[in-house]
Amino acid sequence: MIAQPILLLSLNSICFKASGKQLIKELSYQFKVGPRSIIIGPNGAGKSLLLKLCHRLLEPSQGHIQWHVEAENKSNTAFHQAMVFQRPVMLRRTVSANVEYALSLRGINKAQRRARTEEVLGLTGLNHLARFSARVLSFGEQQKLALARAWALRPKVLFLDEPTASLDPTATYEIEKVINAIHDSGTQIIMTTHDLPQAQRLADEVLFIHRGRLLESGPATTFFAGPTNQFAQAFLKGDLLMWDRPETKMLGD
Amino acid sequence: MNVFFDAISLLISADNDLLMIVGLSLWVSLVAVLVATLIGMPLGAATALYKFPGRKVLVVILNALMGLPPVVVGLLVYMLLSRSGPFGVLGLLFSPTAMIIAQTILVIPIIAALSRQIIDDLWVEYAEQLISLGASPTRRMMTLLWDGRFSLLTAVLAGFGRATAEVGAVMIVGGNIDHATRVMTTSITLEVSRGNLALALGLGIVLITLSLSINAAAFLVKEAAENRQV
Ligand SMILES: Nc1ncnc2c1ncn2[C@@H]1O[C@H](COP(=O)(O)OP(=O)(O)O)[C@@H](O)[C@H]1O
Ligand SMILES: [Mg+2]
Repeated sequence: MIAQPILLLSLNSICFKASGKQLIKELSYQFKVGPRSIIIGPNGAGKSLLLKLCHRLLEPSQGHIQWHVEAENKSNTAFHQAMVFQRPVMLRRTVSANVEYALSLRGINKAQRRARTEEVLGLTGLNHLARFSARVLSFGEQQKLALARAWALRPKVLFLDEPTASLDPTATYEIEKVINAIHDSGTQIIMTTHDLPQAQRLADEVLFIHRGRLLESGPATTFFAGPTNQFAQAFLKGDLLMWDRPETKMLGD
Repeated sequence: MNVFFDAISLLISADNDLLMIVGLSLWVSLVAVLVATLIGMPLGAATALYKFPGRKVLVVILNALMGLPPVVVGLLVYMLLSRSGPFGVLGLLFSPTAMIIAQTILVIPIIAALSRQIIDDLWVEYAEQLISLGASPTRRMMTLLWDGRFSLLTAVLAGFGRATAEVGAVMIVGGNIDHATRVMTTSITLEVSRGNLALALGLGIVLITLSLSINAAAFLVKEAAENRQV
């Protein structure tokens, strides 16, 4: 008998509209506890918007989002989540103060903040930079610090929006190591990328998004072996799926 | 050239009148900038961060008031404080307090408008991250004020520069009374018209030095903020 997967987060036909355009269209999905979910799709597909909707930085114009995690503080599911953005946002403070700031917002006392900060900076290999201003760090180091800051909060779910989009292969490798370590520590990863090899390296399950629609989803092995959706097939072949290609009209928009 | 040496020797001998004028100038402008900061900075930050009715109108007004001519402010404060004005009973006209009030009004728009711009830019950068981390609106404001502190300090210095340099407002509401309301700018105006160029030039040198120091300080503060290592 196979154990029933535990639900994490349900998206029930969510739509998102901005500037009169329907940018996310009737999207439904159930994230389960466990797998690393990677959302792929070409630029402009709506990946960032989808993550922000899940993280409650945006409100869906239709449909609803339901969390299934049991919260100590039911009124604020946001405290079980963290997000790292495509461009790291560094506070004008030292590296360690950036981490401690996030912890202070959770009402964690000073001694514990110190200890936890030292721990995550150690885990991400940033200890030697602890007393530097975060803004003098390289882009890769800043992205690592953003990960460390999120990790320090021990979130149940971590949303990552193309965390390696503007990094070189070495820095990308380093970031992926950290992402795996965060996953192994028990934080669930929900991440976007347009980098297919990266999706293959990291994904347990894949969601393929195109023009605001979820066109295919499933276990990574199945998906990469041969997706059934024609746009997913085209994307895997390296076709960029430009906005104005005639065949995209078949999507009905 | 003699005038120049006379001016220098006045400065070196620390002429009593000259010291008093410089001292009063600094006092009036410092107090004005302090009050203007306490009013203008929260005002500017609030217009950047919080949405409230009339916010856009306020932003336009603050920006427009940055270029307010000092003589107009002087006239306004004069009418308010004059014997027949609404605050005439306080008897403040031709006192340093009147000058502080005028300069405060002059400096508030500068500090408010610059603070608004600084906080606004910072908020655009920080918004998603701070909301994501769960910062309350109060906490967001505190974070922006703290992280913008070096830029905000340059806004205060800009206000101080405007206060010490203006002549129109303090002339009208202070009256340029010897040993009472005479400050550097009003005194220069008077001494030039009297032909006493040495004292005028001496004060001019002090003003220029002050202005240079303020700008140097603003520059160093910015510099330090950008390459801070700790
Ligand atoms: N606030 C907005 N107003 C109008 N269009 C937007 C807005 N935010 C995003 N978009 C558009 O929505 C589409 C999806 O954006 P995004 O989610 O950032 O794509 P990506 O998959 O590259 O992350 C893009 O075409 C983008 O231009
Ligand atoms: Mg994106």
